[in-house]
Amino acid sequence: MNAKLKTSTKVLLLKVIIHLSALLPLLNLYYLAFTDQLSADPVQRVIHFTGIGAFNLLLITLLVTPLAKILKQGYLLQVRRLLGLYAFSYALFHVLNFISFDLQFAWSLFFNEVVKRPYISIGMAAFVLLTLLAITSHNALRRKMGASWQKLHNFNYLIVILVAVHFYWSVKSELISPMLYILLTIILLAFRHRKIKSLLLLLFCKGKK
Amino acid sequence: MLIKFKNKDQLKASDVTDESVYLQRRQLVKNMGFLGAGAILSSAIAKNAQAGFFDSAPAKKDTVFKTTELKFTTDTKNQSLIKTPENKIITHNNFYEFGAQKNQPAELAQNFNVDPWQLTISGECEKPIMLDYDDLTKMFALEERIYRLRCVETWSMVVPWIGFSLAELLKKVVPNSSAKYVQFETLYDPKQMPGQADRRLGGGISYPYVEGLRLDEAMNPLTLMSVGLYGKTLPPQNGAPIRLVVPWKYGFKSIKSIVSIKLVSKQPKTTWQQLAPNEYGFYANVNPNHDHPRWSQASERRITSGGLFARNRIETLPFNGYGEQVAHLYKGMDLSKYY
Repeated sequence: MNAKLKTSTKVLLLKVIIHLSALLPLLNLYYLAFTDQLSADPVQRVIHFTGIGAFNLLLITLLVTPLAKILKQGYLLQVRRLLGLYAFSYALFHVLNFISFDLQFAWSLFFNEVVKRPYISIGMAAFVLLTLLAITSHNALRRKMGASWQKLHNFNYLIVILVAVHFYWSVKSELISPMLYILLTIILLAFRHRKIKSLLLLLFCKGKK
Repeated sequence: MLIKFKNKDQLKASDVTDESVYLQRRQLVKNMGFLGAGAILSSAIAKNAQAGFFDSAPAKKDTVFKTTELKFTTDTKNQSLIKTPENKIITHNNFYEFGAQKNQPAELAQNFNVDPWQLTISGECEKPIMLDYDDLTKMFALEERIYRLRCVETWSMVVPWIGFSLAELLKKVVPNSSAKYVQFETLYDPKQMPGQADRRLGGGISYPYVEGLRLDEAMNPLTLMSVGLYGKTLPPQNGAPIRLVVPWKYGFKSIKSIVSIKLVSKQPKTTWQQLAPNEYGFYANVNPNHDHPRWSQASERRITSGGLFARNRIETLPFNGYGEQVAHLYKGMDLSKYY
């Protein structure tokens, strides 16, 4: 077995694990929820589960690059898109749960809540951005977009910050979990402090002109 | 000579999982977060079934708190209300003393000891008294009251409580002229209440939990001291052995496992009001026209039977539908100021 084949096998294995760890919990969740076995209020449960799942997946996505560098395992980068797409899928279920099971398609209430409640506005902004990233993740589109693709996908850093604030703002009193998530977010962004600094400088200089 | 052979299967004392760890096993599993299918699956299963494939804890049967049948007169006026099933009422609880997640009180409160119990009624009154465990169910004639319960988080239930009017109890101690408010306190016992010992489990609120009512609110015939539900004594997750039920106010006013009722001259500083005064007021009357700063209060999800697809979003009514009995208490008050 040569080294090249070995790497592709590793990537394949990793992808299978990611598919299983993302899909099985989701299937289990909805099976229990549909059959009314998921606690007294399955609505709240599915919303929280998919929300925190999306955040976890976003953080794991951000962990890939620094991990690949530290471990010197470049092939890890090949699962970044898959993880990102699952983060988007969980976020999509999170939003759909809110609209269909919680608000039960009371659209006026939905739009009101998005506009009036800052934590929901922020969450929706993150979701819209994440949707753009998911759509443009296709290889053909990526080639077509050229340099602007990377610019767009740098928004991932903004997305994770928005999601952290959304989580912190949504809880009633228990702040320790959201604080831990904020800490993780800061650590993962700190790995990219140079890149983020230059992005901010770029933004700042453009604003000056 | 006696030769002791150690049986291989026999567990040593050191093998026994510390009870506090054992009691928190589900939280521990959950805290691991998204580490792969194993972690997340087992936490999802553990929350709902007794043991999952990935549960590392042995399949030990939790002891279940024993409730006993009560004698009471039935509520004939409200039988038409669709009641929330008992198993939902006793597994979906906000009782941070036993964990801030809805499922935690039912899991962590089963060993709660309520007998002996002491409930003191004191303060600005002529005849302060102390009730023991038996007094709670024997001193007053018990009646069933089927009430709507509206949580500030916008879910609601219909609960068949058993209890007696708080007014009857207060009349016994004869409030004096300085008594303007009633202050309630939950038991403080971190050894029994893990949420009081662990800030994260307990949701970061201050303990003991304190609630309060204006004296006229407390004397309203709707205001109930509940000692049971669905015909039996309260399980601990619902506030055993005695709790308050104020059906026209958000659920957090209905304080659980009460050890002290005090008549006072000044408005008590209540737990949620202290934590976030802009979000939770002293009055906390159910009011569809006054939103929580972070979500609308105009409608609610009524939890009855049915899973994810239950079409159960209904309009929230002013004073939770009890306006006829209580609106007069707030005549001339700006309810968006005194929320």
